[in-house]
Amino acid sequence: MLNPSKVVGVPTARIDGPLKVSGCAPYAAEHYEPFMLFGYVLPATIATGRILAIDATDAERFGGVIKVYTHENRPDTAWRDSKWKDEVALPGHPLRPLESDRILFDGQPVAFVVAETFEAARDAAALIKIHYAAARPHTDLRNELSNRYAPPVPRMKQLVPPPPRGDAEKAFKEAPHRISSDYEMSGEYHNPMELFATTVLWKKDGELTIHDKTQGSQNSHEYICQVFGLDPDKVVVKNAFVGGAFGQALRPKHQLFFAVMASLDLKRSIKAEMSRREMFYLTWRPSSFQTVSLAADEEGRLTAVMHDAVHATSRYEDYQENVANWSALAYKCDNVKISYEIAKLDVSTPGDMRAPGAATGVTALETAMDELAYVCGIDPLELRVKNFAHRDQMQDKEFTSKALHACFREGAARFGWSRRSLEPRSMREGHELIGWGMASGIWEATMSPAEANVRLSGDGKVTVSAAASDIGTGTYTILAQLSADAFDIPLRDVTVRIAESTLPKTGVQGGSWTAASTGSAVQAASKAVIATLLKHAQKLETSPLAKAKVEQVEIADGRLVLEANHQIGMPVSEIMERAGLSGIEEHAKVGPDMMTMRKFAAYTHSAVFVEVRVDVELGVVRVTRVVSAIAAGRILNPKTARSQILGGVVMGIGSALHEEGMVDHRTGRIMNHNIAEYHVPAHADIEDIDVIFVDEDDDKASPIGVKGLGEIGIVGVAAAVSNAIFHATGKRIRSFPITLDKILTERTDQ
Amino acid sequence: MADARSPDLPVCNISLSINGERQKFTLHPWTTLLDLLRGPLELSGTKKGCDHGQCGACTVLVDGERINSCLKLAVSLDGAGIITIEGLGSPNGLHPMQEAFVEHDAYQCGYCTPGQICSAVALVKEGHARSRAEIRELMSGNLCRCGAYTNIADAIEEVMDTQRIRPVKEAAE
Ligand code: FES
Ligand code: FES
Repeated sequence: MLNPSKVVGVPTARIDGPLKVSGCAPYAAEHYEPFMLFGYVLPATIATGRILAIDATDAERFGGVIKVYTHENRPDTAWRDSKWKDEVALPGHPLRPLESDRILFDGQPVAFVVAETFEAARDAAALIKIHYAAARPHTDLRNELSNRYAPPVPRMKQLVPPPPRGDAEKAFKEAPHRISSDYEMSGEYHNPMELFATTVLWKKDGELTIHDKTQGSQNSHEYICQVFGLDPDKVVVKNAFVGGAFGQALRPKHQLFFAVMASLDLKRSIKAEMSRREMFYLTWRPSSFQTVSLAADEEGRLTAVMHDAVHATSRYEDYQENVANWSALAYKCDNVKISYEIAKLDVSTPGDMRAPGAATGVTALETAMDELAYVCGIDPLELRVKNFAHRDQMQDKEFTSKALHACFREGAARFGWSRRSLEPRSMREGHELIGWGMASGIWEATMSPAEANVRLSGDGKVTVSAAASDIGTGTYTILAQLSADAFDIPLRDVTVRIAESTLPKTGVQGGSWTAASTGSAVQAASKAVIATLLKHAQKLETSPLAKAKVEQVEIADGRLVLEANHQIGMPVSEIMERAGLSGIEEHAKVGPDMMTMRKFAAYTHSAVFVEVRVDVELGVVRVTRVVSAIAAGRILNPKTARSQILGGVVMGIGSALHEEGMVDHRTGRIMNHNIAEYHVPAHADIEDIDVIFVDEDDDKASPIGVKGLGEIGIVGVAAAVSNAIFHATGKRIRSFPITLDKILTERTDQ
Repeated sequence: MADARSPDLPVCNISLSINGERQKFTLHPWTTLLDLLRGPLELSGTKKGCDHGQCGACTVLVDGERINSCLKLAVSLDGAGIITIEGLGSPNGLHPMQEAFVEHDAYQCGYCTPGQICSAVALVKEGHARSRAEIRELMSGNLCRCGAYTNIADAIEEVMDTQRIRPVKEAAE
């Protein structure tokens, strides 16, 4: 048992905060060495075809330029595909930068210029002349739907649609109430504020210290060692501070490859930082088409759920995410049919972006549920309550916990939902129509295998270490909180060592699993330290703890004591001194409990309530109020937890209203590859957001009761916004983002 | 800084006061203030998010005014006084705005944060913002992809309140 919480569960300011706000937190590009070189990437300007000729003469002659790399002179690297596969690689052939003259997507790197200054590398890159043979690009998903296919090699078995349950088609035909709608979602781009960057510090003996923008230092480390055949002991990858990632930095990016390649080739230290434009040529949330068909009986109970989804992937890899399977478990229904396919385009491989799959799939499902509510004439919240799933019908398992009722109740009360009239277009203030919409969200609560070391030193201070990352999630702080409680010491006496490939094994930071996994590993290692301490205490003569069992002791106020009676015990420092120890360090490894997971399914849930105001004349939408009620198990730090949900809500508003990758399908090029024309929410777009964490005790999802928060905040938000727009205007817009042109040209549904 | 290997490239001599310290520079005219700060000066608290004046991550104070340093050629600032995030405060002696950001968790990844803070400090000084809606409007040049906007507005409001810049706190906007 942990001690009763002193800091866990208490809103706690980030321990790395003072560094961040004073500009003293170094991100990947912010490491220095005299005479370091700079690299700059030149992106392709066709979407498919070949390079016929590449002339870098002018660039090579440009003042300060050291070397220009193209497919014609790239140093040798591993030739087997398996060596290029990182921890989160996909079925297919990973991209090998500068491998050949072939162009597979707009923006593919075609040259890497290394110079003594950033400016020289950038300007020289503009002097490279390339002669292309461009083929006709296929980048419009709508036109490629006939070439869709079920992925032959599943990325993970959870992504495969479940077999049909009951007879959905028949039930749909026979139902008194039904809807069937098509939804279209534009491609989205993560655009973390930090540009992708890598700094490689090269040492004479060939050792490399690499600062990389990544969600997993060990993933980058392994990739680099495999691709370049390096001795793993001679390479260290660090990611002490990561300026946002949202999934984009799960897989190693080309700037890492280039920086290491050039460093090894030139035997120099080098820094490579992407341009914002390049950030649109990487991992992205794929554009998708979905059809959701729902049917209900007279009372509004679901009798059929059908969900078809297709999204884009690249020519070279089969990206897969869980878009539609949510529909098989979110609501109670005995007749369910799910299909999921992908279609190849001449684009870069899509990838995981905050709540991959759910952010689009649940948006379609939850908009469809709103449509069904109107067909049935039932309040949308009531419809969801009516169809509450008490069991995961997809996997035929019980939930580890599901406090979604509390989310509905508390969220609705805070929002004032009961004052809503069902009628669309029924609220107006001046030139604005007001609408209230809601949606529910779901995401899986997973634990991944994780290891950690915890060291208690004689002076009572603690060091925890694990190769985990903090991409803005608050990992540093929650690990410090857990240790502070385990050893009853103040936060400042804990040193958190994360973000380095040499530390105990940890998977990439993604899928909302870091807190549950690394947090549990830290707790387990802390317990092991206390057990060892007790053993030493018991070896001492006249030990007051001679008969104590490990479950009966804890550390309080610098002493190892009996939980039941703090009078009995001895100071930690005395035990260590008498045992001749300077400290005790223990290692722990945790993973999901397979026995539990065979019987139980773990998810986080949410209910999101949104108020929009829509300008009658202009169609401009303002999201004036959001209440997001979250059920995610135990909340370690309500302050940083709230921020994660706020961030998810903001990104959800972006995907509802703003975010749209625009491709010129004649050339296959992304037109708005900058953050002035690819719109993300700005200060002025975000008004009032209220976050509620409902009580949810969960002793199965993870040993520390945590379920994870990184994704759930975004799920359902776009649907709640679209449902609110329908309520305000009577217009049902099924194409995301819902920009004002769509609102102005769409006719009123009712 | 001027490139030693290329004596044929043009250079200019300027002087700048950076965080209170006057320094002389020999620079190529195309060097932006941002690249000067983040490069040779190793003042990496000022961030590069776009290099195109679109994100505000590079915001610094030039003679007290907030500007996007990626849009300013350093040679055009001869004689100017520049304050970067490092000049506002340090981890052990934070500026009240920096403190308010920590307290309100007005960030997540922290990458947009120095720009937000410099912008916010100037905003308070400008004295135009009297409501939360105005804070939001006048801070819209600083993007935060982590979505910390409401917390940032809270932090700014608190600093304004304690500095009594705002006579009344509007209940609603
Ligand atoms: S880096 Fe200057 S505004 Fe983005
Ligand atoms: S804190 Fe990450 S971009 Fe603002």
